[in-house]
Amino acid sequence: MPKLSIDGQEIIVPEGMTVLQAATLLGIEIPVFCYHPKLSIAGNCRMCLVEMEDHPKPVASCAMPACEGAVVHTTTPSVKKARQSILEFLLINHPLDCPICDQGGECDLQDISVAYGRDASRYALNKRIVPDKEFGPLIETAMNRCIQCTRCVRFATEIAGVPELGAIGRGESMEIATYLEKTITSELSGNLIDVCPVGALMSKPYSSQARPWELSHTPSIDVQDAVGSAIRLDTRGAEVMRVLPRQNDDVNEAWISDKARFSYDGLKYQRLDQPYIRNKNGTLVLASWEKAFEVIADHFRPLKGHQIAALVGDLVEAEAMVALKDLMEALGSPHIDCRQDGAKIEANPRCSYLFNTTIAGIERADFCLLMGTNPRWEAPLINARLRKAYLATALPVATIGLPHDLGYPVASFGNDPFIVEKILKGRHPLSTALKEANYPMMIIGQGVLRREDGAALLQVARKIAEKYEVVHHKPSTGHWNGFNVLHTAASRVGGLDLGLTPGPKGYATHEILKAASAGKLKAVYLLGVDEIDLSPLESTFVIYQGHHGDRGASMADVILPGAAYTEKSGTYVNTEGRIQRSLQALCPPGEAQEDWRILRALSTTLGIPLPYNTLEEVRLRLVAVNALFEETDTVQNALWMPFGEEGKISSDPFENIIESFYMTDSISRHSVTMAQCRQDNVTRETAHARNA
Amino acid sequence: MLKDSDRIFTNLHGTQGWTLKDAQKRGDWDKTKTLIAKGPEWIIQEVMTSELRGRSGAGFLTGKKWSFMPKESKDIPHYLVVNADESEPGTCKDRDILRYEPHKLIEGALLAAVAIRAHIGYVYIRGEFHHETERLKIAIQEAYDAGLLGKNAAGSGWDFDLHIHRGAGAYICGEETALLESLEGRKGMPRLKPPFPTVVGLYGCPTTVHNVETLAVIPTLLRRRGAWFASLGTPGNTGTKIFCLSGHVNKPGNVEEIMGIPLKDLIERHGGGVRGGWNNLLAVIPGGSSVSLLPKDICETVAMDFSSLASVKSALGTGGVIVMDKSTDLIRTIARFSKFYMLESCGQCTPCREGTGWMWRMLTRLADGKGKPEDINLLEDVTHAVEGYSICGLGDAAAWPVQGLIRHFRLEIEQRIRENHAETQH
Repeated sequence: MPKLSIDGQEIIVPEGMTVLQAATLLGIEIPVFCYHPKLSIAGNCRMCLVEMEDHPKPVASCAMPACEGAVVHTTTPSVKKARQSILEFLLINHPLDCPICDQGGECDLQDISVAYGRDASRYALNKRIVPDKEFGPLIETAMNRCIQCTRCVRFATEIAGVPELGAIGRGESMEIATYLEKTITSELSGNLIDVCPVGALMSKPYSSQARPWELSHTPSIDVQDAVGSAIRLDTRGAEVMRVLPRQNDDVNEAWISDKARFSYDGLKYQRLDQPYIRNKNGTLVLASWEKAFEVIADHFRPLKGHQIAALVGDLVEAEAMVALKDLMEALGSPHIDCRQDGAKIEANPRCSYLFNTTIAGIERADFCLLMGTNPRWEAPLINARLRKAYLATALPVATIGLPHDLGYPVASFGNDPFIVEKILKGRHPLSTALKEANYPMMIIGQGVLRREDGAALLQVARKIAEKYEVVHHKPSTGHWNGFNVLHTAASRVGGLDLGLTPGPKGYATHEILKAASAGKLKAVYLLGVDEIDLSPLESTFVIYQGHHGDRGASMADVILPGAAYTEKSGTYVNTEGRIQRSLQALCPPGEAQEDWRILRALSTTLGIPLPYNTLEEVRLRLVAVNALFEETDTVQNALWMPFGEEGKISSDPFENIIESFYMTDSISRHSVTMAQCRQDNVTRETAHARNA
Repeated sequence: MLKDSDRIFTNLHGTQGWTLKDAQKRGDWDKTKTLIAKGPEWIIQEVMTSELRGRSGAGFLTGKKWSFMPKESKDIPHYLVVNADESEPGTCKDRDILRYEPHKLIEGALLAAVAIRAHIGYVYIRGEFHHETERLKIAIQEAYDAGLLGKNAAGSGWDFDLHIHRGAGAYICGEETALLESLEGRKGMPRLKPPFPTVVGLYGCPTTVHNVETLAVIPTLLRRRGAWFASLGTPGNTGTKIFCLSGHVNKPGNVEEIMGIPLKDLIERHGGGVRGGWNNLLAVIPGGSSVSLLPKDICETVAMDFSSLASVKSALGTGGVIVMDKSTDLIRTIARFSKFYMLESCGQCTPCREGTGWMWRMLTRLADGKGKPEDINLLEDVTHAVEGYSICGLGDAAAWPVQGLIRHFRLEIEQRIRENHAETQH
């Protein structure tokens, strides 16, 4: 542990730290452009030059290892001169168009120039002109502003795993380009905007829409996959202007997926902002809340509990789910299911449905087996973690299922479910690989669990985990649980934690649909259910509660307008079992209401009032149902217990569960930006197929 | 004056043959096996004793560089890289070694490889050196055929393979770490140091990069022992050096001379004097385009070695002596140098990328007599803002000639501005 002195303050730092990191620990600010804590060190902007005794020239502190006995100065006249010089150089060819630049107000170049630069430029000659580049529907470029820090190149190459960006040309003529002028083929491309320290790469949908100081910031959680990325909603008035990541090293590090970042315009289209009732002619007409509730109450009055069922969609927060569960219990119905896709997974034990390794834990793994999953589309940030582990330790990854380009080498073992049994019997190369690894991990996708034989496959997977010590507690390697289920629905783990699965003699999703079409069920309550074929409910009384006029609403007899994730404070449990809270950023549109309130109000009309009136009380109810909800932002290890069912495995190959990454839920389906991305993808793939 | 008996490059002008047979007649490859048998430590010690400094410009002690290499090559290989990417304007010494004395280089490479425990060497040769590449290829093949390279090279028990890699004509690839990047197949951009190539070099392995001339003197140095080499020249500036005389001299060309020869002697004796006589001399650039020029009065007395030239704020550089008589437009000359550095800057780091262009534009204006006298101060300021802040030495190399011009010829620049101003007034 080297000891060094910076500006007269002494500090002992771990081996391998840089002078810049040591200075940051001491609270000494050193300005940087090219340095980014999550990217490799380039040392090219030279902004972080400091003086080090025994070094004839100023040294770049971002790249200089903190070594024993080093004496560093960051406030001397020579450092001041170096900073002024570098800033002057960066600005001579910078257009200084801050008043019309989207980055204005949150620009590193602006801030650092004010803090460390000269008061005026001495450059009186012509400025360089750099042609703008075409980066696709998400990223707007203004390459005159580029300071060639190469953060974007490093992000694309290292994190996203798409080496499509580079610097072409030399010296003054160096330009950042894709060369082919095409969209970056990454689900994480929006992060290029964040890593750009100036206004060269900007958000296209947000272009010239707002100034950063006009925006209110609300911390939230992304619901468009089950990763639970930490996001920040930037709003102005009643509109989400943009979505940015918040740093959470346990989950999304500093990144979010393009869907999380850009699908917010879907919140503005096709919204349900009024209750509707289907009249005798079969058309939906506007109604008041009271009228809508009365219609429901009238309909429910003659029904017995077991004639009513409820299904829960993918974007629902825990508060609404617990309210629905309580309502169904009060009605005496055992038919409730949070697994609208019919995943063969039970609410117990908890270890059977969690991503037990945790996302950060992926970095400890030394072997990874993917089963029926495409993490690049189902959870881009988990895929980014896998790539990170691959870069750091050459993590070997194998897959059973459809082959996908994941951005790192994957050994594909074919698309045959019987391989899973062969592994268990020790008759497959993967058996050896799992056995020999110290920290093996398996990721089981929804492509496995949605199958008819999902429960049987899950059981075989558990036996594999037990046989090859994928889950173990050893003195040499400590506690390790490498059994992982990768969810795609933000509500799923929360629903399972709250026990939103059929009660005694209750029906699961497909049974509910079957019973409804057979007339055994008289009413079905859909809470944000939009992802499945609802035609079996044709002749059933359907209540749809949700925020978009999508598949579920078109089937409904009564529509109750709910709130989107931006419009309510909610609790979400991600695929790891991490309980996280988001804050309300906006009011729901029109007469729409927060979802738990709707259920609470309906319960009064039905004469079975739920015992809570405030959000705090609902949250106490969550804790009462499952004590895990007491503690947020942490992951509690789930005890390993037996699960799964004996069954016959079918020979059908695994299928993709996502058709297009950009359109997976009612919000992204209504986003123009996502539609453009999808179109772009289709065009590219068609061209690719034609060329091939 | 260098005695003929102390001359290392006896075929520098190509008056004799260059093949293995001819080289052996001149004493190359003589008892190489016995030299290797004395062991790497002995070789390093002799080179240490000789105080040989790198001939590429920076003048780092060769023996010291070798001593930084790990003593044993365990899990990872060591590499020797020969920097034959000679592109410094005003310099053509390595080219003639490759043409006429290729076996000195090959033998030197083998001896150096033994010292640094490398089994593989790469010659990174400038792309424009087409004929030289062809000749070196033949010479290497000759050495292989004679058993001097490859398995059990020269019967020494040491395996050594030497490969040729052609560059693509980028000046920056002469910088050792940019060269390594280029050799690995990437864009030639200098790496951050530390770590130095002796620790993390080619493909992440310990690597020593040497100039052609440095390696080519090693065989003779070892045969005649380090003490002999150290006896030539002055302490700290030992041995012989090839100087490249160009510009306004009557007999331009390469000449091997003793380190520390007075510049005037060099020009008068070997260059046949300045065109139009010594009094017609305006300035001399003593070490290739990257160093500060020297006005006539300094040229009268200065000696051609590392320390003497450093004391007059210039440098020995590559030994490329560019002589300029009074017909020279110095401002335009240095402006042309600046343009060269602007075009050859790799663009990686800020001061060099932005500063070289700024310097060139200002100098071009000053060469036209445009601008104000204050611009000279600004230009000088800019050179100091580039110098020392860049990742590699190219920033410094771009700044020094401009600084030299301002230091010695400020009055001339001011006068041109005045003249131009007077002209445009009328």
